[in-house]
Amino acid sequence: MADNNGNSGSNEKPATKLLDELEEGPWPSFVTEIKSAAEANDSARDLLGQLEVSYEEKKSHWKHGGLVGVLGYGGGVIGRYSDVGDQFPKVAHFHTLRVNQPAAWFYSSEALRKVCDIWERHGSGLTNMHGSTGDMILLGTTTDQLEPTFQELTHAGFDLGGSGSAVRTPSCCVGMARCEWACFDTMKLCYDLTMTYQDELHRPAFPYKFKFKCSGCPNDCVASIARSDLAVIGTWKDDIQIDQEEVGKYAAAGLNIQRDVCGNCPGKCMDWDGRALHIENRDCVRCMHCINAMPKALRPGKEKGAVILIGAKAPIVQGALLSSVLIPFVPADELLDTLKELVQRIWDFWDEYGTNRERIGELIQRVGLPAFLDGIGLDPVPEMVAAPRDNPYIYFQTEKEGDQ
Amino acid sequence: MPTFEVEGRKYDVDEDGFLQEPERWNEDVARDFAQSEAVNELTEAHWKVIRYIRNYYLQYGIAPMVRKVCKETGNKLSDIYSLFPSGPAKGACKLAGLPKPTGCV
Repeated sequence: MADNNGNSGSNEKPATKLLDELEEGPWPSFVTEIKSAAEANDSARDLLGQLEVSYEEKKSHWKHGGLVGVLGYGGGVIGRYSDVGDQFPKVAHFHTLRVNQPAAWFYSSEALRKVCDIWERHGSGLTNMHGSTGDMILLGTTTDQLEPTFQELTHAGFDLGGSGSAVRTPSCCVGMARCEWACFDTMKLCYDLTMTYQDELHRPAFPYKFKFKCSGCPNDCVASIARSDLAVIGTWKDDIQIDQEEVGKYAAAGLNIQRDVCGNCPGKCMDWDGRALHIENRDCVRCMHCINAMPKALRPGKEKGAVILIGAKAPIVQGALLSSVLIPFVPADELLDTLKELVQRIWDFWDEYGTNRERIGELIQRVGLPAFLDGIGLDPVPEMVAAPRDNPYIYFQTEKEGDQ
Repeated sequence: MPTFEVEGRKYDVDEDGFLQEPERWNEDVARDFAQSEAVNELTEAHWKVIRYIRNYYLQYGIAPMVRKVCKETGNKLSDIYSLFPSGPAKGACKLAGLPKPTGCV
């Protein structure tokens, strides 16, 4: 197998006056790591050189956009070319591979070593664990090394992740593997979504990217509400479970329950009378604050499931958006089927009306939520509106006609 | 600038192997580029996709969106990947002599 660690190129250690500054202080430094990789690999050394030039000139020396890939897939590899390749020949071609991470980022040490060995043979050896997409990022190789790397990765049980206008690698929080608050099995759902949408993940055909993220509870450890087009966040339908004896122990240990727990409740739904904690559950907005503050005393309810939200994105093309509620509650065991049905309708609508590089959240803003709901065949519900009780455009009737 | 050479015919291309002089394109050029994108033989199914992309480009100056290619040529996305294993953007557009399509990474 060909080796990427040739010995030609710029042989001297580049002077890195500005980059050295990034090694100051008590924190880990990517500069230190690249320097350590540069001991064994020429492309890491040229990377340092180019980066120093970038810091001096205050501009990137990566050209915009390359189009490289492996056969059968339309994504997973991001082409990178340097515009100072003559000065730093070992990073003239420096493509990135995205590798689909296992759900919740559980690896055996053996699996990680295998990936690193593959990457040292075929690429720069530099990795980014993990990129903001959630994928394992393998940084820096040449076009001729892409297919051999892909072959070895698939033999080791790994697959490439998503890139371009496709489903991006779904990601999830650690869920039931380690967390007692998980209201559904995030890892299973993430895996099932990944397998269901293999075609959409590897063969871009959408107006733009589409991200799934799953969080087991409203603490939302993968920030799905802000970073995914379709967020699935665990929640519960019934009452918060209270152990009054444990609440008492928190008070005895010095926790000011009225001020620090009840006082911070956004729904103003709880009260502590010095002996017992009372929660008005219909006013609870499922924020998790009280549960986080007194984990031994309070637990999510027993009727668990998830809320499905839509439309978040980071500020590219247009500004950032937060998600809006689409379906307020889906029981845990119906999640996958509901999502499959819902997502197909959303994609059909987006395919039909989305313009090039328009995220689903932007499309909803452009056409309006009512038109979008109509398009996908969902009825509007109060939960779709932020603070519905304060919204002057929504009229609530306390009793429906004919009700007692 | 890199060049791509087939049996003595030389083409100026970009780093990713896309033809830099779109006006030089003809069907022989497509045949010359086919091998580089793992297409062994150009069948009528290939030509249908290539011609559609080419004509769209000549009319609008950009590459058509993938789902439009599928719709207009009557192919499913998987068919397009069977015809052009490196995909519609990298494979089919390259054979149709388009400059590199822009997109999001």
